[in-house]
Formats: sequence, C-alpha cells, structure tokens
Amino acid sequence: MRILIYMWEGIRIAYDALRAYKMRSILTTLGIVIGVTTVITIVALIQGLNQAFSSEISALGTDTVYIQKFPWTMQGDDWFKYRNRPNITVDEADRVKELSRTVSAVAPTVETSRTIKHREKTVERVSITGTTAEYLTTANADPEIGRFFSANDVASNRPVAVLGSEVAELLFGQSDPLGKRVTIGGRKFRVIGVLGKKGSFMGFNQDILAIIPIGTFQSAFGAQRRWVTIEVKAKSPQLIEETEDELTGIMRRIRKLTPEKESNFAINKQSLLLDTYNQLTGTLWAVAIGVGAISLIVGGIGIMNILLVSVTERTREIGVRKALGARNSDILWQFLVESMMICSIGVLIGILMAVGIAKLVAATTPLPAAITWWVAFLGLVFVVTIGLFFGIYPASKAARLNPIEALRYE
Amino acid sequence: MLIKLEKIEKIYEIGTVQVPALRGINLNVEKNEYIAIMGPSGSGKSTLMNIIGCLDTPSSGDYLLNQHNVSTMDDDQLAEIRNREIGFVFQTFNLLPRASALHNVELPMIYNGTPAAGRRKMAEEALEKVGLADRMHHKPNELSGGQRQRVAIARALVNRPSIILADEPTGNLDSRTGDEIMEIFEGLHEQGNTIILVTHEEYIAEHSNRIIRLRDGMVERDESVH
Repeated sequence: MRILIYMWEGIRIAYDALRAYKMRSILTTLGIVIGVTTVITIVALIQGLNQAFSSEISALGTDTVYIQKFPWTMQGDDWFKYRNRPNITVDEADRVKELSRTVSAVAPTVETSRTIKHREKTVERVSITGTTAEYLTTANADPEIGRFFSANDVASNRPVAVLGSEVAELLFGQSDPLGKRVTIGGRKFRVIGVLGKKGSFMGFNQDILAIIPIGTFQSAFGAQRRWVTIEVKAKSPQLIEETEDELTGIMRRIRKLTPEKESNFAINKQSLLLDTYNQLTGTLWAVAIGVGAISLIVGGIGIMNILLVSVTERTREIGVRKALGARNSDILWQFLVESMMICSIGVLIGILMAVGIAKLVAATTPLPAAITWWVAFLGLVFVVTIGLFFGIYPASKAARLNPIEALRYE
Repeated sequence: MLIKLEKIEKIYEIGTVQVPALRGINLNVEKNEYIAIMGPSGSGKSTLMNIIGCLDTPSSGDYLLNQHNVSTMDDDQLAEIRNREIGFVFQTFNLLPRASALHNVELPMIYNGTPAAGRRKMAEEALEKVGLADRMHHKPNELSGGQRQRVAIARALVNRPSIILADEPTGNLDSRTGDEIMEIFEGLHEQGNTIILVTHEEYIAEHSNRIIRLRDGMVERDESVH
C-alpha cells in the first residue's frame, strides 16, 4: 500500500516536472527515441525478411541443386571472370542424367518472357520455362488440375503447356482451361495442366508462368545463346553433399577438365543463399545493436544530465520534502520514477515511430516488416534498464542532500 | 515532559577548526507551552531549532522528544519523527510552487502512507481551520503572502504533530498580515498545541508565554511572560 502511494506520488511529481519543462523533456528523450526507433525498425525488417525469405527459399527445396554458368553469390568483378565460361547445354544435362548415381531426377531448363493469348484475352510478360518431364520432380511442379507433360510429349516436341494459376484465371476465368488452345509468343499450344497457387515474393509473381517441353521451346524461341540451368534432385536431402561432389566430377569429366584446371561451371543450392542471407542479416543485426546501443547511451547520458540539473533546481523542494518526513529512499524513488518516465515517453514515441516506418515500408515496398508483441516487452526492458541505470546517480545525489542545507539553498 | 534537552552541544568542523555552535543547552518543554527563542545572529538559535526539529543531531548530549531519544537516530528514523512529531512553518513558506494548496497540505501524509481519500479529507479540514476553504485549488503563486503562510500552517498541522516549530513565520509579511498569522498561532495554542517560535522581533516574541534568549550557544535567560 505504502509503496503504491509512493509510486503514484512519484509519477505525479514526475508528470508535473515534465509538464513544467516540456521542451527540455522532449529534447532529452530524443536520443532514446532515435535508439528505440532504429532498433525496433531494423528488428522488424529482419523479421519480415526472415518470414519472406524462408517461404521463398522453401520453394527451392533442400534436396535440389542447380548446375549453372554463374554461381548465385558473386562479388564485384566476379561476373567478368565467369562471363567467358562455356554455356551449359541440354546435351550436358542428358550426360549428367546418364552418369549420375545419387540423383532421382535431372531437368534442364531454359527461360524467357512472352505474351500469352487466348482469343481476345492477353497476359503479358509471362515467364516461360522450357524443360523436360523430370521438372515435375525437381521443381515440385505437380499440377492442381490436369497433368504435367510426359517424356513422350518432350521427345515428340508436342506443343503442350502447363500454366500458372493466375495465367489460367486471367485467360479462362471460371471455365475449364484443359484442352484449350493458347498462343505463346505467336505459337499455338494446348493447355494440359494448371499449377496450384504459389503467391508472390519480392514483387515477383510466381503464378504468372507457363511451362512447355524444352524442344518445343527451342524451336519456337531459339536454342542459341540461352542460359540453361540443369536442375538436379538428390535422392534425399542428406545426400546433397555427395550429389554435389558427384555432379562436379561428372561435369568436369564431360568438359574434359584436367585436374589443374578450375571448374568452369557452378553448382548452386539453397544453403548457399541461406549462408549469404544469414551473413547479410547478421550484419544488419550488428548495425542495429550498434546504432541502438550508441543512441541509447547518448540518450541515457542526456537523461542523467537533465536530472542533475533538475536535482539542483529543486534542491529546496527536496529540503522541504525531507523536513516534512520524506526518507532518503522516498527522494531516491521520486527521481528514479522521473527518470523512468522520461525514458518511457522516449520509448513510446520510438515504438510509435517504428510501427509507422514498418507500416510505410510494408505499404510502399515489397519488403514485409513485422512488429509483434515482443516490442512492448523490449520497450519495458529499455525503460527499466536505461531509466534505472542513468537515473541512479542523480537520484542518489538528491537523496543524500542534507535537509538543512537544502532548505537554505537559494 | 514533551521535550528534554540535556547538555546539548553542537560543534561544526570547518576544515581542521572546530566551531562550537551550541555549548551545553539544557531545556525542558511541557505540553501546550508557547515558547519564543530569541537571540542575535550567531547565537545558535538556528542550530537549536534544527536539532529540536530533528533536522540535525547534536554532537553530544541527549534530546528526548516524547520519550524518544532523538540524539542517536539515523536518517530514516529522524524522517519518521519529523513526519509524526514536528510541524514546520518557515519564513519563506517553502510551498511546492507547482502544487495546489490542497496537495501541499497533503504532502506530509504522503510520507506516512495515508490513503488518498483520507489524505484529502484531512487536508481540507486543515485548510478550513486556517480560513482557506475557498482557496484549496489555488497554486502558491495565486495566493497572497499571508495566504501562503496559512497554507504552510495547515501543512504543519495536518499530521497532528507534538510541536509546531515556526522559524520567523512573519519575517516575509507586512505587519498587519503578520498579526493575522500570530492570531492563528494563538488560536492553535489555545486548542492545546505546543508552539516553538524562533524570532528576533520582540513584539512577536511577546505573543508567547515564555522567552528563551540565547547568546554564544548558551541559554542567557529563560523567562515567563504574562
């Protein structure tokens, strides 16, 4: 009961004091505001990124590797180094399939972007993938309705297409797309399957696509100077390292590379992206913690400074309170509560600003930013630690004042 | 016996020099006495008042207040004694400038944990007693000097202390307002309160029943007034 009365009185005193010096209090909280805003915004961004990234990366599959000309992670001038490598070819994909023992499926893929039409309806800039029947396994491209194309379809270069869900919806609406004719880049295709909805990531819509047999692709859109990716699915995620080693060996053999020569192809996999991503967010975390810590310390020193001024200004008040029966601990708590109140105002403004920034980011960029309940908890921790830590010196100075001298203070 | 001072000495150490402020004060105060302490500056009257008010402890000697031996108390115990036993009235009023009259009077009760409702009621009663029922929600800067000192008196009364200790209570007031304040003290005395007044004005001291004159840290004269 007594404690509650003290706390309430402390809050009331602090409120009066803060109201009396509005500008000073606001300036004092600025450091805290900046620190809290920075930390929470960056944390929210990282959380949002994590969510988006993990959903995207799961589409790649932990048991799939991609043989490509370029590695996924390059730095600076690397591109010029890799540019002169020979292109991956469909023949190499066939050889890989023939030679490897640890894989369950191999599918070469080529990509382009074309317009798809059905009667008067048009969908522009559709991602067109040319591949083989095993793409069904390597990319988990199991159609929701209809079927994927067979090895036979591929071998006979049949003009068949599997559509992404949004393409099918835009072209056919409610009617059944199966067996209908579409025109892709001027060529006629028959729709044999429609994929399930996958959603979008980083502004790239994964449902605006069409998949056609690779031979058909090459005769329709050209075979030369296209970057082929060989998608390979390992027999299990545990075997992915062995698969990677085996593939490296096979590719070197196919390309007749002598042992002293470097590999002139890249074997990409999900974990590569994951590593880079973790590195990146690790740096972000470090920046967030660094900037946050610095501004919180600066803010804390500001609070300490203003409290010292306040203690001096209110020396007489402290003397009066002591004469009326305030114990040293009452005075100590009065100033600690005031310190924590300045902090909590700063934290509150900081959280509001961070929420605003996160909303703005989520609304104006494809980056999702997530702020959750832990923000409140984090805020509480900030208030208590900073308020107590930087308030304790001025508060104990006030508490130790001699009442006689304090009463005499002009 | 309400107050019993025995061989009270107070020595201040300034650097290596020892300056005696009180040199063996013996003083007994009964309940419901009205005492004025007088003396020129440097006579030790402020020091004595601080010790009686439990703001300070003597270097040697014993101070018994209401059977409590104050001379050996620590800071927290002194704070509690001040809260319960002493009501201070200062020359400069010493009200909290940003708080209303009512809140100023509530202040001593905050430090003994009186619940808010009781606090408010008692503060209102104390303000009525000093004739400020219609000024409760005014801040000190909205009150005249006399009104401020009445708020301070209400604050001193509110915890029903054993002693009301007034240090030059009329020093900052014109003589008419000063007389009004002295009338309030007289009324309080008649109601049974014990009042100790520190002043250097003879005509103020004459309101009391007993005048104690200090010189050089000792009691020079202790006389009853009628």
